[in-house]
Amino acid sequence: MNVRMSSDRPLVKMQSIVKSFSGFKANDSISFELFSGEVHALLGENGAGKTTLMNILSGLYIPDGGNLSVNDIEQDFSSPRDAIHAGIGMVHQHFMLVPSQTVWENMILGLSEVPQFLPKKKIQSRIREISEHYGLSVDPHARIWQLSIGEQQRVAILKMLFRDAGVLILDEPTAVLTPQETVKLFLTVRQMKSEGKGIIFISHKLDEVMDLSDRVTVLRKGKNVGTVKTGEVTKEKLAEMMVGTKVSFSVSKQKLSPGRPLLSAEKMKVINDRGLCAVNDISLEIKENEILGIAGIAGNGQTELCEALVGLRNLKSGSIRLGNKILTKASPKTFISAGIRYIPADRKGTGLIPNMDVNENSILKRYWQVPVSRGITINWKIVFEFAKTIVEKFHVDTPSMLTPVRNLSGGNLQKLMLGRELSDTPAVIVAVHPTWGLDVAATNFVRKVLLKERERGAGILLVSEDLDELLSLSDRLAVIHKGQFMGILNEPSGVSAESIGMMMAGTKLDPENEVCA
Amino acid sequence: MLDILVPILSAAVRSGTPILYATLGEILTEKSGVMNLGLEGLMLMGAFTGFSVTFSTGSPWLGILAAFIVGALLTTVHAFLCITMGANQVVSGLALTMIGTGASSLLGRSYIGETIDGLEKFTVPILGRIPFLGDILFSHDAMVYISYILVFLLWWFFSMTREGLNLRAIGDSPRTADSVGLNVKRVRYIYTLIGGGIVAVGGAYMSVAYTKMWGDLMTAGRGWIAVALVIFAIWHPLRAAFGAYLFGGVEASQLRLQAAGTTIPTPLLLMLPYVLTIIVLVIISVRKGKGLLFGAPASLGQPFYREERE
Amino acid sequence: MRMLKIEKRLNLPLWLNLSIPLAAVTLALLTGGIFLGFLGVSPLKAYSEMLISSLGDSYGISETLVKAIPLALASIGVMLSFKMLIWNIGAEGQIFIGALATAAIVRYLPVSNPALMFILMFLSSAIAGGCWASVAGFLKARWQVNEIITTLMMNYIAIHLVDFFVYGPWRDPASLGFPMTPPFPDAARLMQFGNSRVHLGIFIAIIFAFLFYWLIGWTKWGYEIRVIGENPRAANFAGIDYVKNVVIVMFISGAIAGIAGMCEIAGLQGRLQHGFSASFGYTAIIVAWLARLHPLVILFVSLLMGALLVGGDSLQIVMHLPLSSILVIQGLILFFVLGGEFFRRYRIQFISRKDG
Repeated sequence: MNVRMSSDRPLVKMQSIVKSFSGFKANDSISFELFSGEVHALLGENGAGKTTLMNILSGLYIPDGGNLSVNDIEQDFSSPRDAIHAGIGMVHQHFMLVPSQTVWENMILGLSEVPQFLPKKKIQSRIREISEHYGLSVDPHARIWQLSIGEQQRVAILKMLFRDAGVLILDEPTAVLTPQETVKLFLTVRQMKSEGKGIIFISHKLDEVMDLSDRVTVLRKGKNVGTVKTGEVTKEKLAEMMVGTKVSFSVSKQKLSPGRPLLSAEKMKVINDRGLCAVNDISLEIKENEILGIAGIAGNGQTELCEALVGLRNLKSGSIRLGNKILTKASPKTFISAGIRYIPADRKGTGLIPNMDVNENSILKRYWQVPVSRGITINWKIVFEFAKTIVEKFHVDTPSMLTPVRNLSGGNLQKLMLGRELSDTPAVIVAVHPTWGLDVAATNFVRKVLLKERERGAGILLVSEDLDELLSLSDRLAVIHKGQFMGILNEPSGVSAESIGMMMAGTKLDPENEVCA
Repeated sequence: MLDILVPILSAAVRSGTPILYATLGEILTEKSGVMNLGLEGLMLMGAFTGFSVTFSTGSPWLGILAAFIVGALLTTVHAFLCITMGANQVVSGLALTMIGTGASSLLGRSYIGETIDGLEKFTVPILGRIPFLGDILFSHDAMVYISYILVFLLWWFFSMTREGLNLRAIGDSPRTADSVGLNVKRVRYIYTLIGGGIVAVGGAYMSVAYTKMWGDLMTAGRGWIAVALVIFAIWHPLRAAFGAYLFGGVEASQLRLQAAGTTIPTPLLLMLPYVLTIIVLVIISVRKGKGLLFGAPASLGQPFYREERE
Repeated sequence: MRMLKIEKRLNLPLWLNLSIPLAAVTLALLTGGIFLGFLGVSPLKAYSEMLISSLGDSYGISETLVKAIPLALASIGVMLSFKMLIWNIGAEGQIFIGALATAAIVRYLPVSNPALMFILMFLSSAIAGGCWASVAGFLKARWQVNEIITTLMMNYIAIHLVDFFVYGPWRDPASLGFPMTPPFPDAARLMQFGNSRVHLGIFIAIIFAFLFYWLIGWTKWGYEIRVIGENPRAANFAGIDYVKNVVIVMFISGAIAGIAGMCEIAGLQGRLQHGFSASFGYTAIIVAWLARLHPLVILFVSLLMGALLVGGDSLQIVMHLPLSSILVIQGLILFFVLGGEFFRRYRIQFISRKDG
């Protein structure tokens, strides 16, 4: 693609930006330039400093050092207001929208040029105008919480266009979209580009970066590794820049034939916190030596499904059993004792207790069992030994056993949790986004651990937003949409991403190919 | 029947007014995401300030103004601790209650037994002549009428204005509000202070218009009842008025029963408003469903820092 | 350009851990002094009067101990619920209900054996206080009814309930119209030590402090309530029953406060009377918070607060200041302790930022 730049003066120029958090250097003297009419990808692993850098550009963080200029004007943003005035709009990964308010209310939020007495009609017609122009259709009257994630993203982008932003920052925009929605998003981005806007596209998905961007800047551990023209670089080269060493993308998976069924669920119906039906008539079976993957767009009932399968959420109807043991309506502790383990997505919020130390966190799932406790007392000496074996076996990097786990990094938190959940050869493991937010080394470690458990004989249910991960790890792959399985694929590696995308968007698998467990 | 009902309803409006002011003040504060449990202390300080200033200047309006200022000033401490320092809002509110209660009783010693003329009643022209309604709603003092205006003003402010929209966003999702350039902390300060001032005006109404005297601990838990009413009202000013008059009605009928020489022992009668508060709260919580979820500011009680990393 | 940088602390040095609360109390006393000065009272005189009356002689010290007993007990109670982030501010009411149950036993089930009488009073006050508090606990756990308001409203109800009895059916005919029950028989009085007013309650407080120190740190149940308090979702994840634990904790919390009420009337006052508790239930909240919810530290802080209350009494008698002045100082201490929390959590440093 022809790189067209409307001027040789950069739209945004960031020089030697430094930012640290509690001694950790998130941005270590990073320089970055964006021209108008350019899509500039910012590539890097989680924790490389992409979001921090962009939060500085959007005025959310104040840098410890460095210079920033927009349109050749030196800027010293002290709040997002300054950045908005300079024409910078950021679409955050967790959309900055007020869930209880309507689309049009969100559009005008914080705009001082809107009259005090709100002219609803005028605002709404302006929204329609912009949304038609960019092909971002949305109902101005809808409340945000009623919208799907994809629609919310459209609102978030519209909000920035409503503000006439000349620079758009999109933080991992495709993570929450179906392949089809991604294609539509890219059309919008290309149109904005053709109108002379500068777009910064944050991602760690190499294919998308190659597809969409004109230039790529790669960050690693808070440093700028290099800026290259997309046309002059290969995917492999980018990956190498990202990680620092050559990496192999494949995990070696042993060929195993699944054994007897372990966990089987029949016609499950589950209600979510809002009282709506989140899981609607799902039946599934997890067998020995197999990984059952669950693909789907976030918020289609994955969480509720998993919570029901591990006993944390009551079934409205249907049944669950492990072998011959009926678990329907059993207490969470019965599920745990039966050998069902859960790796929740939200490590600090659900899986671990941030203010408690490594010892105390290690026994969350067995504090009532001999020998950790006898009678009513807990034997902390035994706990210490137990926690130590987890730390050693799973390479948890912690200053001491008495360190509150809030001070551990994401990778170490995940290792600690894995160690705890897998310490007693569980029968069934339900893992939700187990590699989310981890660096490549930790990701590989987690994947290897899951495969090792599979070889040992465990049945694993794996929920992930990373389609590549699902395709390479799963023996079978179910696609979920609005609380229903669109189909279960027996040979997931032979299926195209496109047809999985169709299923994620709500198309059912052809009946003749469908194999329901 | 109406001969009995109209005076009771009229009294309900009068005795509900201090609670109404306190409830509206707290709604305004909580809409910004700050919880202020110091209402009881603020009302007492408002009652004391209102009385003492009216006593020495002879002007009830100066008294009410002074109460507003003292209420806002006292709330500054709470606001600083909760908004700037990120302190526990429950405990800070309790501290505010203690200080308000202690300071008002300490300062008010010399005023016990004194009386003032206080705020005069006047019947609103035209409206006051409406049968029944005129007697119930429009034959009070000016502060009652101002409270009517305040109810509608707040309702209009929350639902129709840009500033009100921004305020709701700050209470619901401070991160979002911050990302569009709103100054979360400043707005929280402003509405916490104004809210605290209005709460204190509610206290001042007690001493300047309702009883026209100062008594130790004279608010007798009305501040806490107002905290409960905010939940009952689902943060809606019109429902707040309904709740406040309901409590005013209980108080009015209780006083009437006592005056009529009932055989029910006084302590049991005095329990009534507190029992009613619990009942009201339980009912609203049991059948809350979505109403409560969407009325309650989502970030209520949580401090906001921009640079907090996950 | 110099600017402030605020960072989360990873660990807290010991000197800060000790000096922050000390600084908080000092600043509170200073501010309180300014307030007193504003009222035309010499703060120096007031504070020295308070110090001498509470800790100056053996009588003062014994009175401080007497006040510390209900404070420590009620504080251990609220500490437990606070650990679970249940804001039980109803200790005052639970004290009243415990005392009411004690008086009921004395009135309707008097036995002559002091030991048996003690057991009866102990159990009835604990059960009454516990049941009273667990109403709020149940409502909270089952329907998320705001426990701050219910426990507080129940304080008012409990106080009026006691009034109903002492003004009405239980009033001592010989009391000349004062709202109080007849004096308790000797069998219903707790042992007092020497010729001081310090009573058996002091041992109950100490035993409970150590008991709960052990229960919280070394038992399954203690672990469960700490997990619930720190992360309710993780507790749910581990299969810990929230509803059951909230009700149990509120019951125990109220039971201990109820026992405090029993100690106060059976150990000290010898009868149930109108307004017998000097806001011990509210002061207990400050004690628990100042002690950072540590049962053993609570014992120590109760002594300090006890001294403050004794000092407040003497201010009232000698300098004619109302008891409420103590409330102001307590509130100020709480404010400054809260402010101090900030310095525990964050480190503030000046950094220089390179300019353009």
